[in-house]
Amino acid sequence: MTTMAISVRDLSKKYDSGFAVSHANFEVPLGTICGFVGPNGAGKTTTIRMLLGLISPTGGTAAILGESIKHPDKYLSQVGAMIEGPAFYPALSGEENLKVLATLGGFPLERVGQLIKEVGLEGRGGSKYKTYSLGMKQRLGIAAALLPNPRVLILDEPTNGLDPEGIQEVRDLLKRLASQGTTVFVSSHLLSELELISEYIVMLRKGEVVFAGTMNDLLLEQQPVILVRTEKESDLQKIIEIAQSDGHQATIRSGVAHIEGPAEWAGTLNRQAFAAGIVLTQLAPQLPNLEETFFEMTGDAK
Amino acid sequence: MIRVISAEWRKLRRPTLFFGTIGASLFFTGLTTTFLYLMIDSHRGNSDRGRQVSREVLNLASGSVYGFASVGGLLGIIALCVFAAQTAQEYTYGTFRNLLVRQPGRIRILLGKLIAMKLFALILVAIAATVSISLSYYLSDRAKVMTALWFTSAGFHAIGQTLLNVTISVIYFGIMGMILGLLLRSPISAISIGVLWILIIENLLGAVKPTFLKWMPGNQFTTIAQGGSPDVSYSHALTLGTLYVLVGAIIATVLFTRRDVSN
Repeated sequence: MTTMAISVRDLSKKYDSGFAVSHANFEVPLGTICGFVGPNGAGKTTTIRMLLGLISPTGGTAAILGESIKHPDKYLSQVGAMIEGPAFYPALSGEENLKVLATLGGFPLERVGQLIKEVGLEGRGGSKYKTYSLGMKQRLGIAAALLPNPRVLILDEPTNGLDPEGIQEVRDLLKRLASQGTTVFVSSHLLSELELISEYIVMLRKGEVVFAGTMNDLLLEQQPVILVRTEKESDLQKIIEIAQSDGHQATIRSGVAHIEGPAEWAGTLNRQAFAAGIVLTQLAPQLPNLEETFFEMTGDAK
Repeated sequence: MIRVISAEWRKLRRPTLFFGTIGASLFFTGLTTTFLYLMIDSHRGNSDRGRQVSREVLNLASGSVYGFASVGGLLGIIALCVFAAQTAQEYTYGTFRNLLVRQPGRIRILLGKLIAMKLFALILVAIAATVSISLSYYLSDRAKVMTALWFTSAGFHAIGQTLLNVTISVIYFGIMGMILGLLLRSPISAISIGVLWILIIENLLGAVKPTFLKWMPGNQFTTIAQGGSPDVSYSHALTLGTLYVLVGAIIATVLFTRRDVSN
C-alpha cells in the first residue's frame, strides 16, 4: 500500500508558447497538509488539472493514492477538488448545485445538508448561487470538494474572497481534516496562512519545482535575516552599503533593510551604524518566514 | 449512467428552463395550428412558407396531426437552443471540470446528458402533440373540417407515425445543438449560428437554388417531422439527416474526449 497521496515524476505540459509545467517532481505523504505555492502563471493550476485528469500531460507521470493519472476513474471517487475558484450553475440554489454533484458522484444526498452547515452556509443553501457573495461561493466550492468525504483534498486558492473569520474557519477545517487522515494539497497566495498549517511545501517557479519537502527543511535551508529600520529612511541605503562591504546580501523592502547574515553579525552592524552616525530603530535577527523565502526562491523580491 | 442522467435532469427541471421551454413550444404549436384552421380560406396560405393546406387534406385520417407536423421544425429549433445552451454553458460556467472530477468518463457524461435532454425533448413533443391535436379538434368545427376519420385506426396510426417523426426530428435538431455547443463552447455562439443557419442561410440558399434544400441539414430534419415533403422524400431526409447527426456526433465526441478542459 502506498504511503504517498500524490507522487509526481517528471510531469510536464508543453504548449506552443512553451512549458507550463516542466519536469516537475514531488511527493506528498498521506495525511499531511501540503502547501502549493508559486507566482501567478507558475503552473500550479495546470499541475492540479493534470492531477485531476482534466488535461493530459505531454511528458512524465503522476499518481494519486497509487493510481496513475492516466486512469482518473480509479482514484477520483476518493478525491475532492476545487480548481481555480468555485464554478456552479447560477440559476440553481447552492443546495441544488451540490445535489447535482452528489447525484453524479453517487454520494448520499443527506450529505449536502451536512456540508452546507459545515461550511457556514446554513440558511442560504436554498438561495440561488448567483445571489451569493464571493465568500459564500468559495464556501460552496469547499463544500463540493468535501462531498466524497475525500482521502485527498485538492484546493486551489480556497480562501479567495473570504473575510479573516472565514479564512480562520478554513484553516481550522483543513487542520481538522488532516488530523482525521485526509491529505490536503492546497495552493494559496496567503503564504502566512500556509506557513501556519502546512507540513510540506511544493514551490513552483516558471513551471519548475524549485523546492519540494517539509516546511522546516525549507526554512532551515534559508540564510537567517537581520531586519533593520533606521530613524531616517534615507539612511537605509547606507546600511545596505555597510552590509555589502562586509559581504552580505542586502535589499530594502517596504522601508526595512533585509540583510542576510548570522544573528551574531547584528552587533557588528550596530557598531558600524553608530560610527557612521546612523540611529537604528530596529535591529532584529530572524529566520526568514515562508513569504520571504518565497520571494527569495521565486525571484520575486520586492 | 443513471447517475449522469439524474444529475442532468436536476438542471433541466429548473422551473425557468422547464416552463419557459414548454411555454415557447406551446406558443408556436398554438400559433401554427390556429393559423392552419383559421386561415384555411386565405389566398396567402395557411401553412409553412405560404403553402395552402386545403379542407380536403385536413379531412383525411392524418388531418388531426397536420398542425403538429408543421410545427415540428419550430419545436426542433427550440430543442436545438436548449441542447446547445445546456452543453455550452458547462464551458462558460466552468462546470465541466466539476462534472469530470465527479465522473471522469467523458463519453458517459456526454451520453448521460444526451439521454436526459432526449427525455426533456420527449416531454416537449408529447405536450405539443396533445395541445395541437386538441386545438385542431376544437377549431375543426369553425373551419368546417370533418373529423370523422381522425379517430379511426388509420387516424391513430397517423398520430403515432407523426409523433415518432416529430420526435426524431426534434432529437436530431437537439443533437445538432449539442454538437454546436461542444464545438463552439459558448451558448450564444452555438445558438445564434444554429438558428441563423436553419432559419436564414438555408432559406437564402434555397431561394437562390431550390435543389440546395435537398441537401441542407435543417431542411432534412424539418422534412422528417412532416413525414416527407413535395421536394424531399421522407427516406432521403431520414438517411441524410441521420448521416449529418452521426458525422457531427463522432467529430464532437472525439474532440470532447481528447480536448483539455482548461476553463
